[in-house]
Amino acid sequence: MSIVGSTTEELLGQLASGDVSCVELTSAYLDQIAARDPEVQAFLRYDRDDALRQAERIDAKRQSGQPLGKLAGLPVAVKDNMCTKGQPTTCASRMLEDFVPPYDAHVVTRLKEADAVLMGRANLDEFAMGSSTENSAFQVTRNPHNAEFAPGGSSGGSAAAVGAGMTPLALGSDTGGSIRQPASFCGVVGMKPTYGRVSRYGLVAFASSLDQIGPLAGDVTGTARLLEVIAGHDARDSTCVDLPVPEYTQSLNEPLSGLTIGIAAEHFAEGLDPEVESTVRSALDVYTSLGATVKEISLPHSRYAVATYYVVAPCEASSNLARYDGVHYGFRAESFENMIDMYATTRGEGFGDEVKRRIMVGTYALSAGYYDAYYLKALKVRRLIREDFDRAFADVDVIASPVTPTPAFKIGSLVDDPLAMYLQDLYTLSANLAGIPGISIPAGTSSGGLPIGLQLLAPAFEEERLLRAARMFEQESE
Amino acid sequence: MDRQQVEKTALLARLKLSESEVVKFTDQLTGLLDYVAILNEIDTDDVEPMAHAVEVSNVLRDDEPVASLARDDALSNAPKTDGVYFLVPPILTEG
Repeated sequence: MSIVGSTTEELLGQLASGDVSCVELTSAYLDQIAARDPEVQAFLRYDRDDALRQAERIDAKRQSGQPLGKLAGLPVAVKDNMCTKGQPTTCASRMLEDFVPPYDAHVVTRLKEADAVLMGRANLDEFAMGSSTENSAFQVTRNPHNAEFAPGGSSGGSAAAVGAGMTPLALGSDTGGSIRQPASFCGVVGMKPTYGRVSRYGLVAFASSLDQIGPLAGDVTGTARLLEVIAGHDARDSTCVDLPVPEYTQSLNEPLSGLTIGIAAEHFAEGLDPEVESTVRSALDVYTSLGATVKEISLPHSRYAVATYYVVAPCEASSNLARYDGVHYGFRAESFENMIDMYATTRGEGFGDEVKRRIMVGTYALSAGYYDAYYLKALKVRRLIREDFDRAFADVDVIASPVTPTPAFKIGSLVDDPLAMYLQDLYTLSANLAGIPGISIPAGTSSGGLPIGLQLLAPAFEEERLLRAARMFEQESE
Repeated sequence: MDRQQVEKTALLARLKLSESEVVKFTDQLTGLLDYVAILNEIDTDDVEPMAHAVEVSNVLRDDEPVASLARDDALSNAPKTDGVYFLVPPILTEG
């Protein structure tokens, strides 16, 4: 059996039985990167020797009979906005091109403790702002299914790396759909956990009340395994909740009996591609055939989600990104007139278009005279969006919807129209506003040969239910 | 949003914009703010603002001292430093 293309559980089995060493396995993925990444460009950086050294250490550990972590020997790609001590963490921005963090993000510590092989750093939209990975200051990542199309974003590098078989696992971050949308475009599984389920310590902040780190994998089981490793309390993120982490992989194959799935008319309205709609409806038929009940629900405020998000997220971003001042770390402009001009020139030269646009929107919406009309208003609507979900989940166990209105779009087709790009996130960003978990799983293929995903949403901290529901569908479509 | 507001916002945000960026952002931000105006359709008079998804408050850690970042580490990414301080352009001039 070939290594590349195997599931994480198959790989773990081969490693445990000694059929394959971690060095052999890592080499196979490095070869796949060498073969595929010149076209896909998912990785900003990877270091073959470093990856093999890590693999050798894990093989030695196994040979000496030491206890091994839950990911022992599995390669993981990390989105380049999670700090790794001693290695560049650029956020795909000129501003942080030379930034080398003096500490590890919590999730990176967890990966090391779990004996994962850190394969390399995945491309993203600059500071995770975007839906296509075209906003990277360094390179444009291509969809592994068709290089003319975008991989989605902002975790486009992570999703494309898994989709092209260059790594079995990857970490992304999701502020408005940035894991689920690229997972859908690249035909892989991607999950945004509940806000507070995974520590954000060491994740470079974009919008702190919305950002959440999550797993991407080729299948639901790999996703569950990676979540199990990164989830759980960390005192260094005061919003990270102190709740026990279930062993998601243990219960995964048990179907949910009496499952009730909600569908909202608002998710099937104007603008939804007919192939995406029929894919989601066929998935619902699969669930019905497994004994699930499908029930109509209403999320009346979901039509306001994009507007709410594109006030809240830029406001938080403008505040978070004020730290890039050319003084403490990062880029500083070379010529300027005085201190204020140094700040402005540094930021003008260091940030790309989309980051500037969001800083401008946020600064404006928070400025004197506009705060109540924009920011406070959006926070109030945010509560109404959350209350829609609370009401819906009183009647249903999970909510099913499309992930995106269309399959992957062509590279370059939306870059000049920010609003059209923002509307890509129509179905995903409500989960970030409400703080609930969501997963994207492959559900079909368009006539053009591009993957189409299915999104499932669950109440806060019900990741176990979400993964089991996702696995039911996956098992049936195998 | 007019040109003057874009320039004022850029000053507040400490962002030096080129002439073409000012023109582009004036147009794009106007479009975005027009779109955002749909929020005014909703009556939110009696709604509490929701700043965070998990509404926890006063999260405290144990009051035990822990090491902070060593000075060399803290300065290691500074664009300009003398090894002890972050260096910035002069902010006071002799008068």
